[in-house]
Amino acid sequence: MLNKIVLTVAALAIASATNAFAQDAAIGLDGARHLLGRAGFAATSSDIRAFAKLSRAEAADRLVKAAAAATSAIMPPPSWVNDKPPAPAKLQALSQPERQALQRVNVEHAFELREWWFREMLNTPSPLAEKMTLFWHNHFATSQQKVRFTPLVYRQNLLLRRNALGNFGTMLREMGRDPAMLVYLDGANSRKEQPNENFAREVMELFTLGEGHYSEKDIKEAARAFTGWSVDRETGEFMFRRAIHDYGNKTVLGKTGNFDGDQVFDVLLNKPEAAQFITRKLWKEFVSMTPDEREITKLAAMFRDSGYNIAKLMRTMLSSDAFYAPENRAALIKSPVEFVVGTMKTFEIETPNLRPFVLASALLGQNVFAPPNVKGWPGGEAWINTATLLGRKQLLDRLFRNEDRMDVAMRSVDAMAEQNGDVAPPGRDARMRRQMERQMGGIRWNLDKWAKDFGTGVPEMTRVILPMAPMTAVASADNPADIVRQLVVDPAYQLK
Amino acid sequence: MNRRKFLSAVGSLPLMGTINGVAWAAAPTTAASTPYNNLLVLIELKGANDGLNTVIPFTNPLYAQLRPRLAIARDQVLQLSEQEGLHPALQPLMPLWQNKELAVVQGVGYPNANLSHFRSIEIWDTASKSDEYLDAGWLARVFAQTPAPRQFAADGVVVGSSDMGPLSGLGVRTIALADTAQFLRNAKLAQSGTDERNAALKHILGVENEIVHAASKLNANRVFKTEFPRSAFGNQVRTAAQLVASNAGMATIRLTLSGFDTHAGQLGTQANLLKDLAEGTSALKAALTELNRWDSTLVMTYAEFGRRPKENQSGGTDHGTANAHFVTGGKVVGGIYGQAPQLNRLDGNGNLPFAVDFRSMYATVIDKWWGLNSDKILQGKFAPLDFVKT
Repeated sequence: MLNKIVLTVAALAIASATNAFAQDAAIGLDGARHLLGRAGFAATSSDIRAFAKLSRAEAADRLVKAAAAATSAIMPPPSWVNDKPPAPAKLQALSQPERQALQRVNVEHAFELREWWFREMLNTPSPLAEKMTLFWHNHFATSQQKVRFTPLVYRQNLLLRRNALGNFGTMLREMGRDPAMLVYLDGANSRKEQPNENFAREVMELFTLGEGHYSEKDIKEAARAFTGWSVDRETGEFMFRRAIHDYGNKTVLGKTGNFDGDQVFDVLLNKPEAAQFITRKLWKEFVSMTPDEREITKLAAMFRDSGYNIAKLMRTMLSSDAFYAPENRAALIKSPVEFVVGTMKTFEIETPNLRPFVLASALLGQNVFAPPNVKGWPGGEAWINTATLLGRKQLLDRLFRNEDRMDVAMRSVDAMAEQNGDVAPPGRDARMRRQMERQMGGIRWNLDKWAKDFGTGVPEMTRVILPMAPMTAVASADNPADIVRQLVVDPAYQLK
Repeated sequence: MNRRKFLSAVGSLPLMGTINGVAWAAAPTTAASTPYNNLLVLIELKGANDGLNTVIPFTNPLYAQLRPRLAIARDQVLQLSEQEGLHPALQPLMPLWQNKELAVVQGVGYPNANLSHFRSIEIWDTASKSDEYLDAGWLARVFAQTPAPRQFAADGVVVGSSDMGPLSGLGVRTIALADTAQFLRNAKLAQSGTDERNAALKHILGVENEIVHAASKLNANRVFKTEFPRSAFGNQVRTAAQLVASNAGMATIRLTLSGFDTHAGQLGTQANLLKDLAEGTSALKAALTELNRWDSTLVMTYAEFGRRPKENQSGGTDHGTANAHFVTGGKVVGGIYGQAPQLNRLDGNGNLPFAVDFRSMYATVIDKWWGLNSDKILQGKFAPLDFVKT
């Protein structure tokens, strides 16, 4: 017995000594590649070299600080983002063709908004801020296809990026008043005579606690607290409609009071399950698809004690032993956005028109601002099936082929668009294809030059392109570009 | 739980699957014993076909009243019974009807219908309740419970779409292609291999292996006497026939005919689409008869919902609920099933009540066509219909 204890203590001492060493030591080139691949979309060789010298804490701190400071986008938004919604009376009076024309405008705006976001992802000084914004977009999944009036979707994106590394409680409270969310989950029309339970259900199941930690009764009661949280039809802003709010007593998760929505949020945030739920989801996004419940419980306690400080949680998570554990390296599948934006960034592909790339991501399964449902994209292994894997490979093949590269690549995207009619609403595809063809020119990219910059540095080039050694050993080639072509078709290219 | 991983990992050992927390033991069936020598061909009528102008209650006075512009004239209707008739563009289906191989199922829907395309097709694809979100498609659950033989090229093939629909999830072997020859060219980009470094890489390699495996079984060599319609859907039908001709083994093929979301100018658009559907279906029968597979094929249409009985201001119809669907095949008991549209019982949105839960259609496939048990897969008992000969 005593022996066992001594042994355990000794083992702990050794373990903590190793940890301390790992924490202080420089993360090295492979560590930097791993961190930048997860916290961003791609890592250039100069970024990798710069981060390699930092300790885990320094590296995480640098990324998180930059991301926490990046509370707004640097790229100019489309011109219509501050438009007012069409007046309800005017909407009522529209003829069917006018209605369809309006719908086309909304859909076109949604594509412009996607291009804006991709442009931001490509140009941002803080890729982590974009990754977090994307994470929260998936968490508070809201689709333009239901919201329709696209400026509301833009404003929700601002909310997400403003709070992406801020305070989760603040983000949740703002989300409860977010007009896009109020439309998407039917809160805007929820009145005391007939409370709509949609938002109340999802706020518990998907936004804070997770299934199994609340009852149907809790949902019904909470729904009453959110009645009257609505949208001003003239301005598209949040509006509290006193007359339809239920001022009576409600009992939610054992607490009773004449709660409004904010007080329900307080009740939810008070539950340890909320911190655990969010921490687990971030873990699965940034560390591993297999949650380590002991680590998550620890991190979640810290998250809750900090008053839901997301930056602090991310700093700790991104410098943890688990994050750098060998078994967690190159163990996550890139999402379509990461795959497309990452490829553009890695190979410095410049284009005046991002539409084809937005479409490629959509066709590969991730059309931002249009998650499949309120649960968001399932992600992980679900990103890859025979259709999407061949789609990814086809795109790479055309991009990296010798002849007429970009022209062919864009035709390939085009062919994919044609194959999959559901990206564009019915009747719109043809117009969009023509538009895309017109806008294809002007893409600048020189693979040969990109590859030659590495000289004979094949290991360095491999590190930039792949998160791990390729599955298939690279055959030597006279032309460095041929080595790149081998690396991008390796299955490891799908991983981060 | 991923079946494919088990297949490679444990060889012929029985394998376990977990769906919604229920664990099942399942072993791949053998080529001789598999229920999947009976092929299922699904045709998705994407955008939601207007059932009321497809199977027409031409004697019901409300029909003409609700559709002053869209009603099909009585003398145009292809009469099936005293009350019902088909849209004239469906003429190529009439030989199937006369041959008693065409089942018409009316009033197909589900409780608390959702009128969003995206959400409602998800409900159909996953066979979920209206307020329930399931991750896996209903066919994926079938194949997870009773896998197809390993030598099959795939459990299912999706033609002309990259959305796996009812075949998504649970690691079922599903191939998506538009054209067999093109798939075989693209498949060269896949590389088979094994690597145990982590689950994500294993999954990717599993999918690469699926592509390579399917490509090794498929070919596009068959020359048919049948003439296929010269349309995108006709090409899908040709591809489906090529797939069957490869003799590669597959339990199901899903085709998609798009463009049914006819909010405006429905008359011409729907007539063209129905013509396409009928000619394609007729060609499918001819080609599968050449291959001696018509008797072991069941063809079934589906869509996210039906359309509203009352026409709108633009000569179109808006999103509705209950719909009519077709089932055909050499073993189909032709006739009219379900319930004629209750035009006098529309709901507050002006939509039809449903009579046949769409999961009963699926139960018919699972229980009667494949001889399996649909209870767990559909999370409940849904009475099969009688359109399959037993």
